[in-house]
Amino acid sequence: MKSKVWLGLLSLALIIALPFGTDLILGRSWVRLLDFALLYAMLALGLNIVVGYAGLLDLGYVAFYAVGAYLYAMLASPHLGMHWPLWALLPMGALVAASFGALLGAPTLGLRGDYLAIVTMGFGEIIRIFLRNLNVTNGPAGIDLIDPIQIGGFSFGANHSLLGWDLPGIYSYYFLFIILTALIILISHRLSDSRIGRAWSAIREDEIAAKSSGLNTRHLKLMAFAMGAAFGGVSGVLFAGFQGFISPESFTMGESIMILCMVVLGGMGHISGVIMGAILLAILPEAFRPLSQFQQATFGHVWLDPANLRMLMFAIALIVVMIIRPEGLWPSPVHRRELHANDSEAGSSQKAAL
Amino acid sequence: MSSFLEVRGLVVRYGGIEAVKGIDLDIHRGELVTLIGANGAGKTSTLNALAGLLKPAEGQIRFEGELLTSTPIHQLIQRGLALVPEGRGVFPRLTVEENLSMGAYTRKDKAGIRTDLDQIFHSFPRLFERKHQKAGTLSGGEQQMLAIGRALMGKPKLLLLDEPSMGLAPLMVQTIFSVIRRVASEGMTVFLVEQNARLALQAAQRAYVMEGGVIRFNASAEECLNDPRVRSAYLGEES
Repeated sequence: MKSKVWLGLLSLALIIALPFGTDLILGRSWVRLLDFALLYAMLALGLNIVVGYAGLLDLGYVAFYAVGAYLYAMLASPHLGMHWPLWALLPMGALVAASFGALLGAPTLGLRGDYLAIVTMGFGEIIRIFLRNLNVTNGPAGIDLIDPIQIGGFSFGANHSLLGWDLPGIYSYYFLFIILTALIILISHRLSDSRIGRAWSAIREDEIAAKSSGLNTRHLKLMAFAMGAAFGGVSGVLFAGFQGFISPESFTMGESIMILCMVVLGGMGHISGVIMGAILLAILPEAFRPLSQFQQATFGHVWLDPANLRMLMFAIALIVVMIIRPEGLWPSPVHRRELHANDSEAGSSQKAAL
Repeated sequence: MSSFLEVRGLVVRYGGIEAVKGIDLDIHRGELVTLIGANGAGKTSTLNALAGLLKPAEGQIRFEGELLTSTPIHQLIQRGLALVPEGRGVFPRLTVEENLSMGAYTRKDKAGIRTDLDQIFHSFPRLFERKHQKAGTLSGGEQQMLAIGRALMGKPKLLLLDEPSMGLAPLMVQTIFSVIRRVASEGMTVFLVEQNARLALQAAQRAYVMEGGVIRFNASAEECLNDPRVRSAYLGEES
């Protein structure tokens, strides 16, 4: 018990020290990257509810991120001349995104697997195309000069200083995101261990048996869509305030796939795994950046465009991981047993079943 | 005797193909009735129509005098119908205990659920021994037991069983059938769809024999066991 308390305090200290250490060792841009990693962690946890818990393959998840971001951008920027506060916009973002989630869910409930994936993908694109073409969203130019997030009199965008440390906005955002990520982790954890969470796994595993046990699969799936979307909306609100500028280009299908990769790579349905997947995939492309400097130094010429090269390395890394560890890097124990039935004790019980 | 479950003129169609061509069934309270027939005779289609998994094209299904045909499937359990689907249909990643409590999903009486859970663990000691194990790690027979137990947790009045012997070792089939007999002897009404005609007829009181989407005949299980047509077609004996 006591060692658990110490472990908790130690991790808390590490989390607090992380941006300072990162700043000292790797530089300020990496602190910004940490902030993005946290945003992705929130997104991945939201998608994990839909894909990991309820087993519904959603390839248009970024649409909800976009809904949250545009909501904040329109209601807290000079674009429409409105400057609503965060405490109003954060729950609103969750709610509006949840309604969009239900809107997507309702007509697609009869679909499964590949068909559902295709429809959700289309939905994601529809939202993005709307954002590109509407006047109220300022079309492809996007929305600029979005208000930084502000709580009470404290602006997260401004520079602050603490004990002689100069703390730019990226630090304040880091701590805000940490708190909200913790909140989302808590909700995810509670959900997976609840009546609804068990009902979701029942639907994922055997829909017919679930129905005949009296589960209203319609309502439960809608709820998964709406709840996952709400998390996406919250991340979107934060993203808009943090970034200060958004355009439809931030919400392409590639983003949806990236978030899905985070969930699958980390370990579907497992909270710690999903967070790890999100942080890894958010940081990995940046970690490959020095490769172009390396090329410049050795060949005196950059043969491969760094952006492309990064994506190539990234793709190779993903493929390798999926071949070696199909259950994800940090799966839930059960999932691992299922996929490695032949080389563990579960193998013997499967033989017994025959 | 008034019918507990009454089926009149049931037709099930898949596109243009008629799988069930207007059949009548009657099940009385407390009976164990079986529906036997070859592969493709329309047995599972009949059962799926009763369980609400597919919409009948024509016909009526009445349960305790009330029309069932438009009841959404997830409400059937509250009306008293529980299906044990073909191929076991347990939730492999939930524990045995969680699987069972999923069967009581629609019930609100916490104390009653507790009692029934204890009751099921009492009747199925193997499930009790494995209650914290994931259902996916159980043997095929244990999963079938679990599926039956889960259906019973919904406190049904009528238990619908789809091919409970499928894919099980012969010894396990015997065990499952003794479980079914015991459940029936405790007063549960059971409708059993089964390909293993001999076992089904030995367990049941009454039988319907289905062929090509229609009911060929309907008699007491004993008569069926002695009927030369049944003996040659379904029990593999020379007539």
